[in-house]
Amino acid sequence: MQVFPPSTNTISRVSIFGALFFAGGLLFVVYMIFRSPYVTQAHVVQEQPVPFSHEHHVTALGLDCRYCHTSVEKSRFAGIPATETCMTCHSQIWVNSPMLEPVRRSMRNNEPIRWNRVHDLPDYAYFDHAIHVNKGVGCTSCHGQVDKMPLMRKEEPMTMEWCLACHRQPERHLRPIEDVFNMDWVPPKDQLALGRDLIKKQHIPVDRLTNCYVCHR
Amino acid sequence: MASEHPEPQEANGHAILAPGHTYASVTDKISAIALTSPYRRSWIVGFVIAFALTMMLLTTITAVLVEGVGLFGIRRPVMWGFDIVNFVWWIGIGHAGTLISAVLLLFKQEWRTSINRFAEAMTLFAVACAGLYPLMHMGRPWYFYWLLPYPNTMSLWPQWRSPLVWDVFAVSTYATVSLLFWYVGLIPDLATFRDRAKNRYAKWIYGILAMGWRGSAIHWHRYRTAYMLLAGIATPLVVSVHTVVSLDFAAGVVPGWHTTVFPPYFVAGAIYSGFAMVLTLAIPLRVYYGLQDFITLKHLENMAKILLVTGLIVTYGYALEAFFAWYSSNTYEQFMMKNRATGPYWHTYALLILCNCTAVQVLWFKRARTCVPLLFVLSIIINIGMWLERYVIVVTSLARDFVPAAWNLYHGSFWDYTMYYGTIGLFFALLFIFIRVLPVISIAEMRELVAETRERHGGDEHGHAHPDEDDDELDLVASSG
Amino acid sequence: MSIQSQMTNGIDLAAVRERLAGQRGPRYWRSLEELAETPEFQAFLEREFPNGAPEVLDPGSRRTFLKLMGASLALAGVSGCTSQPGEKIVPYVRAPEQLIPGKPLFYATAISKSGFPVGVLAESHMGRPTMLEGNERHPDSLGGMDTFTQASVLTLYDPDRSQVVTRRNGKISTWDLFLHEAVRVLNARRSSKGQGVHILTETVTSPSLARQIKAFLEAFPEAVWHQYQPVNRDQARAGAKLAFGRDVTPHYQVAKADVIFALGSDFLAQGPGHLRWARDFASRRETLESMNRLYVVDTTPTITGGMADHRLPAVGHRVADFANFLARELEIKVAEPGGPLLEHEAHWVRALAKDLKKNQGKCLVVTGDDQPAVVHALVHAMNQALGNVGNTVSYTEPVEHGAVDHQESLRALAGDLDAGKVEFLMVLGTNPAYHAPVDLNFAQKLPKAQFSVHLGLYEDETAALCQWHLPETHELEAWGDVLASDGTATIQQPLISPLYDGRSAIELFASLLGEPSRPGLEAGYEIVRETWKARSDLQVGIDFETFWRTAVHEGVVEGTSLKPVEVKLAADLAQAPMPKRPNDDAIEIVFRPDPTIWDGRYANNGWLQELPKPLTKLTWDNAAQVAPALAERLGLNNGDVVELEYEGRKLEAPIWISPGHADRSVTVTLGYGRTRAGRVGNGTGFNAYLLRTAAAPSLGSGVEIRKTGRTYLLAGTDLHRNVMAPNETGEAAAERHLIRVATIDEYRKDPKFAQEMEHVPSPHESLYTEIEGSVDRIDREHGATLPASGSGYAWGMSINLNACMGCGVCVVACQAENNIPIVGKEQVAYGREMQWLDIDRYYQGDLDNPETYHQPRTCMHCENAPCEVVCPVAATVHDDEGINNMVYNRCVGTRYCGNNCPYKVRHFNFFHYSKPKAPSLVVLNNPDVTVRARGVMEKCTYCIQRVNEARSAAQISGNPIRDSDLKTACQSACPTRAIVFGDVNNPESQVSKTKADPRNYGILTDLNTRPRTTYLARLRNPNPEIETESTHGV
Repeated sequence: MQVFPPSTNTISRVSIFGALFFAGGLLFVVYMIFRSPYVTQAHVVQEQPVPFSHEHHVTALGLDCRYCHTSVEKSRFAGIPATETCMTCHSQIWVNSPMLEPVRRSMRNNEPIRWNRVHDLPDYAYFDHAIHVNKGVGCTSCHGQVDKMPLMRKEEPMTMEWCLACHRQPERHLRPIEDVFNMDWVPPKDQLALGRDLIKKQHIPVDRLTNCYVCHR
Repeated sequence: MASEHPEPQEANGHAILAPGHTYASVTDKISAIALTSPYRRSWIVGFVIAFALTMMLLTTITAVLVEGVGLFGIRRPVMWGFDIVNFVWWIGIGHAGTLISAVLLLFKQEWRTSINRFAEAMTLFAVACAGLYPLMHMGRPWYFYWLLPYPNTMSLWPQWRSPLVWDVFAVSTYATVSLLFWYVGLIPDLATFRDRAKNRYAKWIYGILAMGWRGSAIHWHRYRTAYMLLAGIATPLVVSVHTVVSLDFAAGVVPGWHTTVFPPYFVAGAIYSGFAMVLTLAIPLRVYYGLQDFITLKHLENMAKILLVTGLIVTYGYALEAFFAWYSSNTYEQFMMKNRATGPYWHTYALLILCNCTAVQVLWFKRARTCVPLLFVLSIIINIGMWLERYVIVVTSLARDFVPAAWNLYHGSFWDYTMYYGTIGLFFALLFIFIRVLPVISIAEMRELVAETRERHGGDEHGHAHPDEDDDELDLVASSG
Repeated sequence: MSIQSQMTNGIDLAAVRERLAGQRGPRYWRSLEELAETPEFQAFLEREFPNGAPEVLDPGSRRTFLKLMGASLALAGVSGCTSQPGEKIVPYVRAPEQLIPGKPLFYATAISKSGFPVGVLAESHMGRPTMLEGNERHPDSLGGMDTFTQASVLTLYDPDRSQVVTRRNGKISTWDLFLHEAVRVLNARRSSKGQGVHILTETVTSPSLARQIKAFLEAFPEAVWHQYQPVNRDQARAGAKLAFGRDVTPHYQVAKADVIFALGSDFLAQGPGHLRWARDFASRRETLESMNRLYVVDTTPTITGGMADHRLPAVGHRVADFANFLARELEIKVAEPGGPLLEHEAHWVRALAKDLKKNQGKCLVVTGDDQPAVVHALVHAMNQALGNVGNTVSYTEPVEHGAVDHQESLRALAGDLDAGKVEFLMVLGTNPAYHAPVDLNFAQKLPKAQFSVHLGLYEDETAALCQWHLPETHELEAWGDVLASDGTATIQQPLISPLYDGRSAIELFASLLGEPSRPGLEAGYEIVRETWKARSDLQVGIDFETFWRTAVHEGVVEGTSLKPVEVKLAADLAQAPMPKRPNDDAIEIVFRPDPTIWDGRYANNGWLQELPKPLTKLTWDNAAQVAPALAERLGLNNGDVVELEYEGRKLEAPIWISPGHADRSVTVTLGYGRTRAGRVGNGTGFNAYLLRTAAAPSLGSGVEIRKTGRTYLLAGTDLHRNVMAPNETGEAAAERHLIRVATIDEYRKDPKFAQEMEHVPSPHESLYTEIEGSVDRIDREHGATLPASGSGYAWGMSINLNACMGCGVCVVACQAENNIPIVGKEQVAYGREMQWLDIDRYYQGDLDNPETYHQPRTCMHCENAPCEVVCPVAATVHDDEGINNMVYNRCVGTRYCGNNCPYKVRHFNFFHYSKPKAPSLVVLNNPDVTVRARGVMEKCTYCIQRVNEARSAAQISGNPIRDSDLKTACQSACPTRAIVFGDVNNPESQVSKTKADPRNYGILTDLNTRPRTTYLARLRNPNPEIETESTHGV
């Protein structure tokens, strides 16, 4: 004799299949979470001691990236401007702006400004700005339209997946050296063709860009 | 009606079911073990011990997760120790179940009937224990999922050339299929339990698990098909799992690992140890629960025969290793063999030959094959021997491979032993529970056996003694629900 | 019960001898245990092995474990792939010029040990020194490094360094309080011209410090300047006086010598110029034509003895007899010897004498600083007689300032202290309370000083007995100057401002003398500049600033080397009495500085503590070394604790049986048994100073050795690997041809002997698809694999066994460069040391005087790497330039690669060895290298971070990487240039040339692993007259 009413059949069938879909769905959710800004911090604006606007300085004042990020062409670290760099102008203009008080304080007390890192790779991933900039990877390729960012944020997920996408097919992102710092550069229609030329011109060893040593030591 | 059962007797033990059994007697006797018979002190004592050991296992796992695998005895150059030894040992034990259920089923070996159920259970529990080791031996177990191919933000696959990756698939598949096979086989019995259970909650649980089994013809038909299909699927796994496990070694360059004979002789070894473990469990079980009628001398003898065969294959494997070493005239191979026989671990090797090759030879004699106590002792000897085999392969080979400057000894540490005994505890804990909650012998299949025996004995003393009772029984089964 | 004691139970040395005698052909052995096949030994093998591992959780050893971790490297390790906590970026307020963030800067400076420096280029990452490289311009090192210098950067960040001024009772005080007090006391002494004012220093070469001491002594004419260091040149100085009537320092041109005789001298590993000498020596063993020949007579097996073509062990007291005998052979009139030589010894010396005479003016006789004066005198005489002076030997005035007899100088101070005449005592950077001769009872007398102050890196034993302790700056923290053994000056510049409230001796004097006003760094800067402004002779034609900038930048001051002086043998040496020889059955005791922690000053340096000592391969301990024969007679085994009684003083020490040690002699090394060294150094080893008297600083006779029946755990990297290998290791090592040796004659006959020892499968035999471009080169190169990738770079390494002395500096350099943690004694004893480089030491032949071979073994970067195929997660994979990459953050720790590596060069983080312990140590890490977490495999990466730096620089500049652009840490540290690394695709590269040498061979190449690291076979240049039949090599 049965312990359960016939309706149990339906319920059990539903629950069996439901379970399958649920499991699948769960996996999908996990998959999405690890690509979401929640994990990658992409598009998340970081609080900063001074609400520095790249938009204003780059677009409005037309400053070049290298004016502040001095070592970007020479070192793996692009460089964050020293307080005195800020003060070169701000000792003249906006001298009393309360917004800039942290900068002046830093200069006065000889205490560095502590910026919050926006692009923070894991400690075991070694990224080198110099080589990218010198081989024709534009700033905007990774950092997005910085000139349109009133407040700084990370534009790309910067996952290994994302890095590899370009290391596997650099031709899709390369641009002429002279345009590396050009904010308004748009890929031409024949980007792929251009990219392939640049690869030859720049002697980029595409076959080796995915070697582990490139990023991990 | 239980009263009417003839007392268990070793006599005429060459049938696979002692005469005088009816559907009812079979059902009663088997279901009684789980449902009606009271908890005996010995069961409780046994379970408590096993449970305590399981707790020790958990302690060990915690300690290792907190401190690191450095707690184990491993060091350079012996980077694998008890962890892998025990892994292979358990997996090996886990072999008999599927072999008995699937292969013997396909070969219509009806004597399998009374032992397949708990052989399968044993398989599952053994695989569970085995599964713990590869996980816990990792330096960073929390990244075990990197061995699985899943879409990830690193856009990386596992390294397919590595046998360890094949292991993941082989073992998990084996575990899944064995579980399914076992469960499907259980369904009719679960229904019986559902119907016989007195306790309301038990009824519920058995009911859910029975998936509304009513024993209708169509049920039986589908049940058969599914069971046969699963048997078909499971059969290749019997070979594949240990083949893959053997490749963990065969694919390496280490002298003593790098041998083509490994796959076949690992599989044989696995069956060897598997059947040994079945005997180790079956013999006490049949005595303890008076199942001599169901697990007769015939069963034991058949298993003994299988032991003899696989034992000889294993022996052949050892011989081949030695032969290759000599024939290859390869420095390292030859040294490896010399080292096994005369090196610091010579005693393990000697003992291994004694246990796996020499001891089993007594089974050439029928008297030995039918001497229950001897079989029991022998089965344990073989279990030990097979553990030593893995120890010799893993440790002796690694301790002295290519660069003498890097040679070093290995011995299990305190934590290695707690982990090992811990898993044994887990194994028996599960087994004890299994005995109390599920039919240790497939009731449904025993019934068929009853039917068949009756035909064979063509209306002998019991056969038609109480026809109506039999009919009731049939009705009962057919009409349950 | 200790591992070793068990391991060594009942070694039957007699049986061992028989076995060795029975050996035919080459036969290597590594430790005595492996030779012993006694039943006891076998029994041990069957016993359960004592486990280091579980101890880790038992409280006792757990504590020590953590304590040791306390000084190992730090920084959070490899983390998972999830989002990490936010980081800050902290830019400069004012950016320093020429600093490019993210790029290291290199500054030339020097690190000194008792006054004598090794020139270094210090690598600075954003203002923190992380690594020291040799400075090729420095005359004493030519770019080579020694272990002490290499490891000194760890001392800089040592959290146990003293950090504040303290008073006797440990009360924290300040520099101002101290100066106020000190100046008051001094002024009180002015009236009496500074009577009762005493200064104690080590050897001083610094011109600035010397200048200040002089100024101080002018201000206080009656003040006394004492000098003492336990390992000093007293005997050498006396010897020079004896020979030439005045104190001169000999300088050797080893490169010019065809035949060298080292009489009781470890000149390749000790003495101010040893790095230079080692380089020169190796330079003469590169080609058949240039092969020099080295004869050695020594008591304790030494690095020099290991490199010898002919070595004779002799108890210390008979060294003089050898000198005497040889002198006679060279027709030098000498006094009666203390005793005769044995027949075979006499034969040996006669042959040597003949060889020397044959090479008049092209040979060299050297002796050790610790040999008696008369031996030095005789050696001077011999070099003169052989016409070496001016060719291979030259003499200069002493480099040190105010050179004195240290022994006497300290005795005088002790006397004054005892007489209560010391009113002001200033101890500068030395530690007499710990290492003064025991019979001076210095520690008891020190407190009798009315005002005493100690300046030092650590608050050590002496600091504890002084009223004041002042933290000293590390040499990387302050301005200074120092002279090389040939007088060439180096100006030391600070790499980092003092981590703690420390000041240098120079700055201290400045404050005491009240000049200049500003304390600390600037003061030091001023003074050093002052000193050099004064040297107008060096600034002809250039203004001071230019001179100063070049001097500081180059790391050496041109034109400061001393000019050779004319010397003539003064007295007839026949008057000089030979030392009396004690009766023959008396056992002598030899005191030597420890090979890794010297006189104890490096006791708290974890890298040096864990560095396997060159020959014994012991770590974390010193031991009483004895000859096998002696051990046999006394029934001693490794690890047995014995009681040494010498002149009524008793000391307990574990025994170490040292093959090749002189019989009837026991060697103890100094520097251990510290009580106030710091968390790492305290309680390691035994304090040999407790037996060391002023009368017998290096050699005493009549020591009693008594068994205590107890045993002691000695952690030897060599022992724990081989104890379980009765006899086979040797045979296996031989039949697997790991070490390949030939005499130069055998080499002439068959130049390819090394390559013919092993069948190397041609790549065509492989079932795997070949790496493109590699095939033909390989066939030709006979397993000495050349490039994998047809195009681009292909990195490879070559290690010259003919040049490797086994000093171990490469190990330390690697440890510093690659953030390798130390694991502590228990873990080493258990076989879990982490150093990426193992230097395997093999012995061959006679137990009493074996040949020694060293083989550095690290990742071979196989082209068919067995480790790669078995890793389930692709954490170790090949790159297109042939380097076997190890991706730590992908590793899950299955250790399969470690098992499958035939060379066993992979190291596993069984525990979290790199756990952060002290913030200062975090700063030491090389930011270019990942710090490995627990459960991760690691191994040599060919310094991939350096390769990457060089590559991206090259790709930007557009010109290819040349040898000069890229050196691995081990390569650049190696004093003999035994390690060569570079691009094997470039036929011009040095490594390609080396690999083209017929002696080039790879080990285990019959496995078709095709290692990128290969070796150059060892060559020996024996004297046919001594060596009759060759027992060596092929």
